[in-house]
Amino acid sequence: MQRSILEYLEESGRQFPDKVLFADDKSEITYEEFIRQSRFLGAFLLERKKGAAGSPAAIFIDRSIGSLTGFFGVVYSGDFYVPIDRQMPAARIELILNTLNPAVILGEEKDRRILLQTGMEDRLFIMSEILSEESSFALCKEQEERLLKVRREALDTDPLYAIFTSGSTGVPKGVLVSHRSVIDLIDNFKEEFSFTEDCIFGNQAPFDFDVSVKDIYSTIKNGASMYVIPKVMFSFPAKLITFMNEKKINTIIWAVSAFRIIENLNAFTGELPKYLQTAMFSGEVMHNKVLNYWRKYLPQIRYVNLYGPTEITCNCTFYKVERAFSDDEALPIGISFLNSGVFLLDKDRLVTEAGEAGEICIKGSSLALGYYNNPEKTAESFCQNPLNDAYPERIYRTGDIGKFNDDGELLFLSRKDDQIKHMGHRIELGEIEAAANSLEFVAAAVCIYDKAAGRIHMFYQADAPCDKEVLRALGKKLPKYMFPNKLRHFEKLPLNKNNKIDRTYLRENYLTKDA
Amino acid sequence: MREEIMEILTELRPDVEFENEKKLIDDGILDSFDIVSLVGELNDAFDVSINVQDLLPENFNCVDAMVELVENLQEEE
Repeated sequence: MQRSILEYLEESGRQFPDKVLFADDKSEITYEEFIRQSRFLGAFLLERKKGAAGSPAAIFIDRSIGSLTGFFGVVYSGDFYVPIDRQMPAARIELILNTLNPAVILGEEKDRRILLQTGMEDRLFIMSEILSEESSFALCKEQEERLLKVRREALDTDPLYAIFTSGSTGVPKGVLVSHRSVIDLIDNFKEEFSFTEDCIFGNQAPFDFDVSVKDIYSTIKNGASMYVIPKVMFSFPAKLITFMNEKKINTIIWAVSAFRIIENLNAFTGELPKYLQTAMFSGEVMHNKVLNYWRKYLPQIRYVNLYGPTEITCNCTFYKVERAFSDDEALPIGISFLNSGVFLLDKDRLVTEAGEAGEICIKGSSLALGYYNNPEKTAESFCQNPLNDAYPERIYRTGDIGKFNDDGELLFLSRKDDQIKHMGHRIELGEIEAAANSLEFVAAAVCIYDKAAGRIHMFYQADAPCDKEVLRALGKKLPKYMFPNKLRHFEKLPLNKNNKIDRTYLRENYLTKDA
Repeated sequence: MREEIMEILTELRPDVEFENEKKLIDDGILDSFDIVSLVGELNDAFDVSINVQDLLPENFNCVDAMVELVENLQEEE
């Protein structure tokens, strides 16, 4: 029985040792070489790290193959990896590191500065030194034995990674996912979508975004190849399409936002991607206007809508787009994957009627282990199934509202809280508000999302207008995608009769006019 | 025209000093979402259509390059 995702890697390595596994714009690596380097890194860490197996190892990532070697090296060492985008503001990185308190931090010399703030600089291991070109990556007998022992003791319920996502109180939450959940997902993808070693994946999603989990593990499971597409190409799609054709990319699993960029920039009026066979998307609602643009230019390829939050390991439902949709119709999120239980609850009552709305709830092996080092938030979202009082059965309450149509297909309707999807990112407006309210010169601030225009509005109270200062200060705390798009200064924010800031008034009076 | 473009840019990203930046793309200051918004705004403001062949990093690295791009497109029409 499979217990570790490393079995995917090693099986494919046996079958396709010389095949290119991963490639970025500068380099490429074969299965055999990747395994050799990952095992070497794993053995290196095992010899030096303090702390038990199953501990977090933070890794500063970019868009290079080295980040992926780092992930697998950590897994060989018996720990789980936590990708950290080094472009994030220092304050947010510190929040994450403080939640994790990792014994191992993988990065480069340039990352040391940020670690000085947290007092964790002595835990930094320099990747480029460990995996230097001069190394033969050979292991001695003791190192081999240590690696073997880790594998012997591995459980499929051990954590594989943690991915941090926006938290409503201002502190990001680390969603902790086990080997079992990823194996469950990737096996399902292979069966449902007939992936083979002929797949050539074009990776768009950053490695700290769980959309990339599908690329990475589908590649190693199937003995396929994956090209990391440089980020800048998504601003300049002519280069993107040339790249896709050069590399013969035939399978893409992208964020909806990336599909939208192609449509917004009318990118298919030039060259078209010639080899593309399968296009899958997730992360937020795919509007048929965007999808119809793709279907017009590339009618022959297979489109699949995927749905699910990070907490249930990427996706729990899928919809193969086969019939025509008008631009204003909603695209279903479809039916559940095998081994994923998807149902609707109205408070604690099961919704059984088609057309009736309820909260989308999930059960099964895909459920994350919880939020790392955060028992309160874990208990809130991962709870006992209210329909079962006979034995422990965990479910995840997504906070998404959905309904089933007459054909038994699930449709997404809305959110029940202040979480939004903006430019492909999942954001708690509360996190932006917490950051703004922490500024000395801001007396109070609230955020409201204008869904139609895709803009975050911030209304703030301060002695004088200071949009620029607010944005500059937020830049030290929040990633750019969380910046408010419109700011409005108030000497006094309007209050409702409960003496709370009147969000309804603000929404009704300021949103549509500006948009 | 230059002033108008500056206005669009400042509205889009109040946190960036556009006069001083010469590598808006190469340094990753403008991302793909900025480019999408910017292209839409420039098309509307100057009645041009920036198509996929014009979408090159060198046309967006600094304000002057954007001015040149829009001028060239206006001449073509």
